[in-house]
Amino acid sequence: MKFGVVVFPGSNCDHDAFYAVERVLGEQAAFLWHESEELNGCDVVILPGGFSYGDYLRTGAIARFAPIIGAVKKFAGRGGLVLGICNGFQTLMEAGLLPGAMLRNRGLKFICRPVHLRVENAETVFTHACSPGQVLNLPIAHMDGNYYADPATLEALEAAGQVVFRYCQPDGAVSDDANPNGSIHNIAGIINRGGNVLGMMPHPERASELLLGSADGCLLFQSLVQSLRRGLGAGQIASGPAMAATQPR
Amino acid sequence: MPEITAQLIEQHQLTREEYEKILEILGREPTMTELGIFSVMWSEHCSYKSSRPHLKRFPTQGQGVLQGPGENAGVVEIGDDWVCVFKIESHNHPSFVEPFQGAATGVGGILRDIFTMGARPVAVMDSLRFGPVAEAPEFSPDGTASIHLDQNRRILRGVVSGIAHYGNCFGVPTVGGEAVFEPCYQNNPLVNVFALGLARKDQIFYGRASGPGNPVLYVGAKTGRDGIHGASLLASAEFSGIDGQQKRPNVQVGDPFLEKLLLEACLEVMQTGAIVGIQDMGAAGLTCSTCETGSRAGTGMEIELDKVPQRESGMSPYEILLSESQERMLLVAQRGREQEVVQVFQKWGLDAIEIGAVTEQPTLRVKQHGEVVAEIPNRPLTDDAPVYHRPWAEPKRRVPMEPPVPLASRNGDELREDLMKLLGSPATASKRWITEQYDSMVRTNTVIGPGADAALIRVKETSQGLSMSLDGNGRYCFLDPRRGARLAVAESARNVSVTGAQPLAATNCLNFGNPEKPAILWQFREVVEGIAEACEALSIPITGGNVSFYNETEGKPIYPTPVLGVVGVLQDVERHATLSFKNSGREIWLLGNAQGAQDNKAAHDDFATVFGSSLYAQMILGALWGLPPAVDLDYERRVQACCRRLIAEGLVESAHDVSEGGLAVAMAECCLSGNIGATVNLPPGGNPLELLFAEDPSRIVVSVPVKSLAEVSRIASEYDVSAGAIGTTGGSALKVCEQGKVLWEASLSLMRHPFETALEQALEKVSA
Repeated sequence: MKFGVVVFPGSNCDHDAFYAVERVLGEQAAFLWHESEELNGCDVVILPGGFSYGDYLRTGAIARFAPIIGAVKKFAGRGGLVLGICNGFQTLMEAGLLPGAMLRNRGLKFICRPVHLRVENAETVFTHACSPGQVLNLPIAHMDGNYYADPATLEALEAAGQVVFRYCQPDGAVSDDANPNGSIHNIAGIINRGGNVLGMMPHPERASELLLGSADGCLLFQSLVQSLRRGLGAGQIASGPAMAATQPR
Repeated sequence: MPEITAQLIEQHQLTREEYEKILEILGREPTMTELGIFSVMWSEHCSYKSSRPHLKRFPTQGQGVLQGPGENAGVVEIGDDWVCVFKIESHNHPSFVEPFQGAATGVGGILRDIFTMGARPVAVMDSLRFGPVAEAPEFSPDGTASIHLDQNRRILRGVVSGIAHYGNCFGVPTVGGEAVFEPCYQNNPLVNVFALGLARKDQIFYGRASGPGNPVLYVGAKTGRDGIHGASLLASAEFSGIDGQQKRPNVQVGDPFLEKLLLEACLEVMQTGAIVGIQDMGAAGLTCSTCETGSRAGTGMEIELDKVPQRESGMSPYEILLSESQERMLLVAQRGREQEVVQVFQKWGLDAIEIGAVTEQPTLRVKQHGEVVAEIPNRPLTDDAPVYHRPWAEPKRRVPMEPPVPLASRNGDELREDLMKLLGSPATASKRWITEQYDSMVRTNTVIGPGADAALIRVKETSQGLSMSLDGNGRYCFLDPRRGARLAVAESARNVSVTGAQPLAATNCLNFGNPEKPAILWQFREVVEGIAEACEALSIPITGGNVSFYNETEGKPIYPTPVLGVVGVLQDVERHATLSFKNSGREIWLLGNAQGAQDNKAAHDDFATVFGSSLYAQMILGALWGLPPAVDLDYERRVQACCRRLIAEGLVESAHDVSEGGLAVAMAECCLSGNIGATVNLPPGGNPLELLFAEDPSRIVVSVPVKSLAEVSRIASEYDVSAGAIGTTGGSALKVCEQGKVLWEASLSLMRHPFETALEQALEKVSA
């Protein structure tokens, strides 16, 4: 099983994702250079966190034009599995692979701290090792993680079970107090309609070892590995019960 | 070309004698460009001309030290062929003039010092000092100068967001540090940034221009007109009231994205084997890097300024040479392998331009349009720069030895309220408002992050941990610089020891006023002596650091403020301790200097005298007097060794250093951090004020499971360290008892509120 980790100029969680895959999960990992148009046979593509191209214009706004994104789009179009973490999530939205946009955090400050997330959809290829409603402890570290989508998009996302993670209290209650950045509906992570592209602001790669405070992030990586081992490509799990309610837009 | 007038010489901060020396070295009048070069290279910031004779006092040798002071950073072996590379530097004046960019470029500068040596930066810490940001009865020896809360808040907000901006984007975790508030830092905040990197032992690079004929390459950002004379005018001069505005153009502007690319490109190009030497362009930019690399290797350099990538047209040689534009490096490559170097930089989208060559003759020769514009022997600019043995004199004490008011005894309710006030003062309160703006976890090594005694990161390549702490106390050093410096070393090392790590080596940032004043130089000498004594006693060599003089505005100096950065190694990172109580029903023991014990002879200054240096005196009584506590360094060494042993053997569940705010604040921190209450029994007949709030050194609070009590006691006696129970963990409040009766108690939630919200309340207020 081969995970590709994209390296943009300014990516800075690329080594962390690589380490989590190779050293914690024990799977093969490879870096994918932003100027390349090849995915080199990777089974999963991770767009890591960081400040691609400095993010001086708007987060992910330049990264979407990188040659590698063309390859990622084709891969995702064929049902390939793509995980965007933090800046990777921002880039996926800029690239049109996920709906919505990121605003600056409502406190207008960078926030780095562990948060609680409720798993809203445990039937995706990325989350099936979690139980429905399970509360995960993962850190966030971003300046622009205040998710926004227009009402129609939001309604469609909710209806189709595309909201995968929500910020919550330790007991799982979703409240404004538990919302670190002002995201609409406390949204922390969403999946595309095909069920093969997930974007999330929290960092599972930073929560893959108990020594660092939490190993909950492993559940995501393990879900991916198990899905691929069982030969479940994209869409197959996504068409499970939770996604059955998918409605035409 | 302008005539070199007396006025021009003065504007360049050069004395008449220094100018005479320049004439002697050159055998002729300098050009304007050469005058500028001498000005920056002989500035206090670059030449250490006032401090150099004194710094020789530091112990710099020790086990594992591969590189001491004199290079871009110190290098210490940690085992398994890995080394850590670390250093601290100040960016004080720039951060006052322009807080955001001043602090950001402070981070950028120290990061370059680390990766220029071939090490990838893996941790940053910041030691910050500001004027007060909240109303308090704080005492200032300069009288009741008006406190500008809004200005101090603006500076703090700018500094913190500048550090966050640079470090977060670059991708290095900010894992710890300190933030201190005193009136003396109001017009002279301190921003000291520490960085640590990791490298393989056989892949360390030095700033040496070896091999005449080898090409000199300029890499990174283009040169602009920013930061000219940063080192001389900003860092080596006092400020007057309006300077803050006028000197803004001397502050550099940072681009962390570019620095990230520079990091990756430099580490990659070092792997090619084509690099002979490398040095970052920091203070005094191109000038400093060219003459220092030459001087270290006994060579010279000839460069052509037309080839230097420039951001704007029409720059004079003076401007190009003195610019402090950020994110630039100077490389010396092997002749014939230039193309390999250029290719790596091109991959990362960066310029790598050959601007000259190494020469046999130890001279810096600079050309523009083919004409020589400066030609100066290297050594007089660097190693043979002027050195001043300035006069010093102990100043008259400005505060009394005795308490200005009698120390009345306090009842239980009053003591509880005192603790609440301390927990709600920015000095003691949680620094979360600051530290959550920093990415403290990137690179996935952070085992203990901000808010602890010391930070701890794991080393992925080995199974080790590296612990690091920054510590200093200007108030202590103002009252007695030597004692204060000894305490700073002791506490910084103790912070590392309570994680379980063995202190290895230290770096220091020495922040002082104007060294041309005998009183300031006396403080400096005393501090250096205190640091040297403590480092010798604790076997912690100094591997480098930074001196920041002229921290004065309108003639008012800051407190003498040495900041010690101690780095320690933990062989098995899993076996570490943190400060939080983990379980109820544990005994709480105090290691070292336990109440009533008589084993620490040095700590027996009269309580009334040493209490004047405490945070309690400052924040509750609004007064400052007396002396800081003395530290018995041999005892300190044994207490720390004992604590490390207890952690290594898994006998204690938590360990926390007792420092500012005394035992009461330390206990509150252990409780709040673990969300578990505690009951503390004060020994009969003692003075609760002293027992709870005195700041005697060499003390560590540990929590011990009942089954380990006998073993803890045995090991403590092995180290000849007093150790005894002072209470138990459990419940949801901190209770303080005297002879079985509850003297006072405070629930966790009551304590948590001021502790967690004080800084936010002070800083989220909108300034006018």
